[in-house]
Amino acid sequence: MAAVEQPRPLAIEKPRPLATGATKPFWDGLGRDEVLVPRCDDCGSWVWYPRRRCPGCLSDRLTWTVLSGRGSVHTFTVARQATHPAFAEELPQLLAVVELEEGIRLTTTLVDIDPDAVEVGMAVEPAFDHGADGVTLLRFRPATPARPATPASR
Amino acid sequence: MAGGSEPASAATATRARRGLRGDAVVAGVAQYAPERHYRGERRSTLEQWADLAALALADAGLTPDEVDGLVTANLRESEMFVPSTVAEYLGWRVNFAERVDLGGASPVGMVWRAAAAVELGLCDVVVCATPARPTPSLPPGQPRPWTPFGASSNVMGSPQAEFDIPYGNLAQNCGYAMIAQRYAAELGYEPRSTAKIAADQRTNAVANPDAVFRDQPITVEDVLASKVIADPLHVLEIVMPCAGGAAVVVASADAAERGRRRLAGGNGGLGGAGAAADAGGRSRSHRPVHVTGFGEHLTHKTPTYMPDLVRTPIGPAADQAFAMAGIARADVDVVEPYDCYTITVLLTLEDSGFCAKGEGMGFVRDHDLTYRGDFPVNTHGGQLGFGQGGMAGGFSQLIEGVTQVRGEAGERQVRGCDVAYVTGTGGIMSEQAALVLQGA
Repeated sequence: MAAVEQPRPLAIEKPRPLATGATKPFWDGLGRDEVLVPRCDDCGSWVWYPRRRCPGCLSDRLTWTVLSGRGSVHTFTVARQATHPAFAEELPQLLAVVELEEGIRLTTTLVDIDPDAVEVGMAVEPAFDHGADGVTLLRFRPATPARPATPASR
Repeated sequence: MAGGSEPASAATATRARRGLRGDAVVAGVAQYAPERHYRGERRSTLEQWADLAALALADAGLTPDEVDGLVTANLRESEMFVPSTVAEYLGWRVNFAERVDLGGASPVGMVWRAAAAVELGLCDVVVCATPARPTPSLPPGQPRPWTPFGASSNVMGSPQAEFDIPYGNLAQNCGYAMIAQRYAAELGYEPRSTAKIAADQRTNAVANPDAVFRDQPITVEDVLASKVIADPLHVLEIVMPCAGGAAVVVASADAAERGRRRLAGGNGGLGGAGAAADAGGRSRSHRPVHVTGFGEHLTHKTPTYMPDLVRTPIGPAADQAFAMAGIARADVDVVEPYDCYTITVLLTLEDSGFCAKGEGMGFVRDHDLTYRGDFPVNTHGGQLGFGQGGMAGGFSQLIEGVTQVRGEAGERQVRGCDVAYVTGTGGIMSEQAALVLQGA
């Protein structure tokens, strides 16, 4: 077969989250520098990620609740090869699982820290990453004890 | 959340479960040797399915018209209605047709389902296959599977698309790396031990003429000196995807024996299907290898949401498999654990009960995992040494277990091998399945 002209490679866009009806309050909250997580009125469980029904008891009586967002690094890795070409500019990627004080675990990345300084168990606080597309991602940075209680500065 | 697997295990222990009697036999096996660079003719996965099925049936001494069940994984040519597509293409009339979607655990999941169907009396001869060679290139404009995120779903509404992928948490390396880092913080990590898993398995691969790395022995130092991809995983601790493919015939004891008699008696009744002729003139019949126990357990897709990152679902799966088979861990002669990463092997040895949680690093250090050692593990080289033939990768462990129990493993044969323990791992320690195989 004759050579087919190949389209020029497009810049690879990073995948961005698309909120659903079940999750919109969370993403809206991040836009205000707030961490909002649903809690089950029936069994008291924190529900992460947000769902229409509580995993386990399947109650649909959930209440959005503002959390401090403070927690600790449950585990992490330093990805030295991009997990996907779209993330090559973030190398080395500081991928982490953060456990909030309430016990739920989130997928995130760590910022404002040297890769060699990351340790499991270290205290972290939210770093609200406001994107130009209006979406805010919830990243985490080492906790600053001098800034308790109030959300991160705007 | 810690110890989240305990209630499930307790329930398993206290509730009387029925299971296999051990009647079903893995009667035939076939496998394309993994190839890093496949240069043969590209064929559709349906064509490969038919080819692998013919080879596995010939190995069992059974004929296509005896097939009354099939189990398949995904086909490249068809997103839906996969089992009927396979049945039609092969010209089979089946009473049992399954598509199994358990990632790397699919082969083990396929075989126990086939064995269960045979014991239920639904069918006598079930072919399970996972083609994994490259398919023909699609001309421009043809509809094509759009999977730029691999096993991670970036479809709107998928939890991964919303809460994991936007942070770059996708593919397998980072998930396994984070499990390993958690293990390190909680229980202690010995890089030389995980490296030794790769090195010992490579020793096994060197004794396997079908292994992609048969000519490249490695040492613990080689592994530790190799590039770190995602801390703490070195590139030599990460499996290499290859072209491949595999099929297995699961049959009732009667059907298996019928096939054995044909093979033992030459080519009687087989017509031209006896493709696996033995050049040495020996009987081509094989020792029957029975499926005597299995277990399967799932809790998550993404490890962020695992109840416990270092106590994996293989635990309940293993407990069920051993209880069903009625054997002890000490009865096992070869352990063939899924090995997409070295940490997968370590966690599987611990959670399967061969050593206590947290003792895996010392266990690996203190035992010789090679085929001539005191605790043979992945005697074919594992997928790390043999090559991971795509979805057929998990079949390499299962087929090696069968080959060892048959006593046909050649240079790497473990003497007196009667019991093989095989595991399958899908995703990131997410889909987990265990199987006990025993010689008659």
